[in-house]
Amino acid sequence: MKGFASFVKKEILHILRDRRTMLIVLLMPAVLMLLFGFAISTEVNNIDVAAVVPKRSEEVRKALERISNNPYFTYKGTVSQMDAESCLRSGFADAVVVFAPDFGVPAEARTDRRPKVQIMFDASNSNDAQTGEWYLRGVLAGESLAAAMPETRMLYNPQMKSAYNFVPGIMGLIFILICAIMTSVSIVREKENGTMEVLLVSPVRPLRIILAKMIPYFLLSCINLATIMLLARFALGMPMAGSAAGTVGLSMLYVVLALALGLFISTIADKQATALIISAMLMLLPVIMLSGMIFPIENMPEILQFVSCFIPARWYIDGLRKLMIEGLPFAEVMKEFLILLAMTAAIMAMSLKKFNDKLE
Amino acid sequence: MEERNAIEVRELTKRYGGVTALDRVSFEVGCGEIFGLIGPDGAGKTSLFRILTTLLAPDGGSASVNGLDSVADYRQIRRQVGYMPGRFSLYADLSVEENLSFFAALFGTGIRENYDLVAPIYSQIEPFRKRRAGKLSGGMKQKLALCCALIHRPSVLFLDEPTTGVDALSRGEFWDMLDGLRRCGISILVSTPYMDEAGRCDRIALINEGRILGIDTPQGLVDGFDEGVYELSGDDMSGLLARVRAERGISGCYPFGAVHHVVAAEGFDAVAFVARIAAEGFSGVSMQCIGAGIEDVFIKKMGR
Repeated sequence: MKGFASFVKKEILHILRDRRTMLIVLLMPAVLMLLFGFAISTEVNNIDVAAVVPKRSEEVRKALERISNNPYFTYKGTVSQMDAESCLRSGFADAVVVFAPDFGVPAEARTDRRPKVQIMFDASNSNDAQTGEWYLRGVLAGESLAAAMPETRMLYNPQMKSAYNFVPGIMGLIFILICAIMTSVSIVREKENGTMEVLLVSPVRPLRIILAKMIPYFLLSCINLATIMLLARFALGMPMAGSAAGTVGLSMLYVVLALALGLFISTIADKQATALIISAMLMLLPVIMLSGMIFPIENMPEILQFVSCFIPARWYIDGLRKLMIEGLPFAEVMKEFLILLAMTAAIMAMSLKKFNDKLE
Repeated sequence: MEERNAIEVRELTKRYGGVTALDRVSFEVGCGEIFGLIGPDGAGKTSLFRILTTLLAPDGGSASVNGLDSVADYRQIRRQVGYMPGRFSLYADLSVEENLSFFAALFGTGIRENYDLVAPIYSQIEPFRKRRAGKLSGGMKQKLALCCALIHRPSVLFLDEPTTGVDALSRGEFWDMLDGLRRCGISILVSTPYMDEAGRCDRIALINEGRILGIDTPQGLVDGFDEGVYELSGDDMSGLLARVRAERGISGCYPFGAVHHVVAAEGFDAVAFVARIAAEGFSGVSMQCIGAGIEDVFIKKMGR
């Protein structure tokens, strides 16, 4: 036991002595969270809106008021019908709302059934245009148009805040980064430095060597988990509606899984650089591309949907969304939990079988 | 109880793919003996160490340490031996003291319990015990690595090229330390590419391309050299080399540092030979009879 304790101490010293890496590891979650939460977002802010108003009426005035009061829009004033397109082209406005002269006239009093308002959007950035159009529709769907439009309610994330979407993704990414990559690099470093040879020629069982390596990274991950959850709650204002214990529990399992992955990589790689490349190819890319963090899984070709089933991050992120955003109880993520548990067991078994106490 | 050998190696063979790293190697190391493995890089020394320290499994033959089989009883062997691999395996980011106490704890012991064994060596680096191992000089790293390999009182010590990359003065000190350890009853298997260190061992094995060329005491090997060795120098060294090699009655001529070594059978008349090649136009030629060294033995055996 004395050997084990000093092993853990040694690993902690390694981490503490490498100040730069430690700082990166501790700050990265915060930086990523703030980046994704505020700077990089699929939300669209500050949409400049101009309006074409051929005939002023009470309804038009109300609609314009709603637009200028909305935090996502900046009302730029009215333009003439002829200038509508040129002000989009010049960048004066991102969108132009064209009201019909009979806007606001009750349907039964109207002579034709054509829509009474038109939205023109600068779609050179199609993402912005699509999202902005949704906002604008929502705003215009005041009393007068309510009857003509389906009522849509965005549950759980009514403002479609992208931060909500990214937080689980960032968590899926960060734990892979810290646990899998750092653990594998740390084990492979011992191989590269030749210290592994000395460790093996000692009475310490390989299992202990590995366990001792995992503990400090597990602790580091716990700190990160706390940082992320606190930032999500207080800086990004996420509701954290579901059980916090469930979120922590699911995350712990995912951390262990990532540690097992790191161990597995270290059994294949001989050089730190190789370990890094394998980690990046095998884990980072799939996590970003196939986990549903950025690209919805439902939109992928079937083959990729199938592949994504084998990516732990997919299940973790799914589970987190249910817990953190939908606010479901832990029982609802049992499926994700069990899948992750099975994956962890499989990877652990595989890497322990491969990790051998000889050099070949 | 019968005195048993610390290390016994029988017909040991190791292959990597098509390359044979060790070819039916056999030798034994007695208790309390310093046994040297002398050979160039790639001779198979490291493979041999790794088999004996149970890190590699042999493809043929057997090896035992303290009577324990290197394959079947590898866990027990690991408790009883100390191993210092070719590169000093220390943690560069840990201090001298942290390194030593970590390796002690690895074997379930502490620095204090075994201080007496490492004291003669450790006392030299103790003033720097707070310094990171990565910041030590080559000689100090080597001493620390030796301390780390010794801290659990092994009965057999494996030192793979411990003096490579260390200055000449530290090398000398290092061999003095090994003498001290032998007096404590520790058996030592040590490898080196430096022929001049062979004389510090009790017995040596010359090894090249996976084969043992000869095993004896350093003196025994030199005494077994049955030809004369001459040191030859002159103004045109490369011309001399070609000229001497063409001479009949000379069994070998090779560059040896700044001079050439000429090996010739008994009865070779060096004075007459020098006079003859001087007449052929070679200037500044001098030739002296010297005794054979380990390297001459090695080169001769290698040529066979």
